Amino acid sequence: MKVTEEDILHIAALSRLKIAKEEEKNYQEELDKIISYMDILEGVDTENVPPTTYALPMENVFREDEPKDSLDRELALSNAPEVEDGYFKVPRVLEES
Amino acid sequence: MRYEAVIGLEIHSELKTNTKIFCGCKTTFGAEQNTHVCPVCLGLPGVLPTVNKKVVEFAIKAGLATNCKINEYSKFDRKNYYYPDLPKNWQTSQYDLPIAEHGYVEILVDSEKKKIGLTRIHMEEDAGKLVHSGTNIKDSASSNVDYNRTGVPLIEIVSEPDMRSAAEARAYMEKIKAILEYIDVSNCRMEEGNLRADINVSLRPVGESKLGTRTEMKNINSFKALEDAINYEIERQTEVLEDGGEIIQETRTWDPAKGITLSMRSKEDAHDYRYMPEPDLPPIVTTKEEIENYRKNLPELPDARRARLEKEYGLSEYDASIITSSREMAEYFDGVIATGADAKQAANWIMGDLSKNLNADGVTVKDSPVDAKRLGEMILLIQKGTISGKIAKQVFSEMWKNPDSPEKIVKDKGLVQITDTKAIEGIVDEVIAKNQKAVDDYKNGNKKAIGALVGQVMKASKGKANPQAVNELLAKKLG
Repeated sequence: MKVTEEDILHIAALSRLKIAKEEEKNYQEELDKIISYMDILEGVDTENVPPTTYALPMENVFREDEPKDSLDRELALSNAPEVEDGYFKVPRVLEES
Repeated sequence: MRYEAVIGLEIHSELKTNTKIFCGCKTTFGAEQNTHVCPVCLGLPGVLPTVNKKVVEFAIKAGLATNCKINEYSKFDRKNYYYPDLPKNWQTSQYDLPIAEHGYVEILVDSEKKKIGLTRIHMEEDAGKLVHSGTNIKDSASSNVDYNRTGVPLIEIVSEPDMRSAAEARAYMEKIKAILEYIDVSNCRMEEGNLRADINVSLRPVGESKLGTRTEMKNINSFKALEDAINYEIERQTEVLEDGGEIIQETRTWDPAKGITLSMRSKEDAHDYRYMPEPDLPPIVTTKEEIENYRKNLPELPDARRARLEKEYGLSEYDASIITSSREMAEYFDGVIATGADAKQAANWIMGDLSKNLNADGVTVKDSPVDAKRLGEMILLIQKGTISGKIAKQVFSEMWKNPDSPEKIVKDKGLVQITDTKAIEGIVDEVIAKNQKAVDDYKNGNKKAIGALVGQVMKASKGKANPQAVNELLAKKLG
């Protein structure tokens, strides 16, 4: 698996990250090393091994449908950068076209 | 060139649990903003979600009721995208192992039955609600977020692209709504957003099997909007194609006030959700025995109920399908016939005067001013000959405003049918005297002329004379 500079830009865009031009190459090389390291696993014969979807030997952890107390609104909003009328206030949602 | 529309629906239905899917916050609609939130649904660091058992139960029931295969092994996944109504920056949903797959429902459009395939049903969490500072999302410099709805359990029901018209899409969504109501897993209040659809529409030349480029319209929450948006989009795409243009794959919003769809974004987002298995939620394993147990305990579903009404009461397929189209309507019908009222009469009244009045007043059958018992009693009065069908219409509209029993209304208003021959005789004589032409016609062999005379007598008695008694009396007098 080869990570290209295009991949880096794509992932950065999806993650809403701004990457400086001079950093692109560095990220590309480092991520490529990490992904290539994973390639070692590709060599393992998994012919008769079912895919792992969950790492622990657990299943069916449920709770009953019973209400619990929610947070006080003031506390819930206390870390918000901006608050208005009991709402979390956020900047423009859609980028201007 | 003639085009064929290809339509698929993704229906989101909020489940009627007391608490959210992964935490104990209440799901009550209409609470003050951000009062039903906790560290789990706000996505604060270090929290551990736990699946609400009821959600799994409801999703399995929905799957069985739509002829799906239930996956014995199912898991949750993270769907990654950035939007302010989603505090974790991913939606906990299901990707490759949804709870249910490969189902179908049957719809009836223009007396033709059609199977609509279901690709899958999966469980996921609802997102929060945005209140924009401007008139819409595009012209708003900021938005306010209420996370009360974040984490309310949803099932997403994904159809195959099996529908070909707005009418079919509507019938399909109505059927899904009816089924969810019958199995009692969702309130299905569309005006509260309990049930909403994302619509995919594309066109292709008739006879072509390859799919055309589609557009998507999200969060349609009324049947009217569903039909209007699809019809508009079919028209718009036809025009684009006929002008030699190309359809752009995009999300469009439906503007009900203007009756048009609008492009949502200038550049289409790459749908790259980078799904990954949710590491905080262990898989859900359901045994064959458990699935069979759920199946056995399903209530009677709309199609079965329709078939039963046709068979047991001789209702037409159309009548039976309307009456069973909602659980409330079907239960109302049962309530009417429980009084001993004739089933066909019951169906006629429900689909006639009752529906007309409900629509005019904008109330649902559950809140009908005339309940099933009173309608049944009124029909019994017709069956006993106490009132005529025509008078019953008057009694019905009186019952709409007045909580009295139909017996009392009939008595108070003096609407009892006159079956006493002596009382009718006077009117009959008068009518015979005044309508010499009809009398002559009848005597000259035109037996149909008696109808006009019966009509005159009915009119003169203000509808209260028993038509059969009038008929007999006239025939006797005219010899």
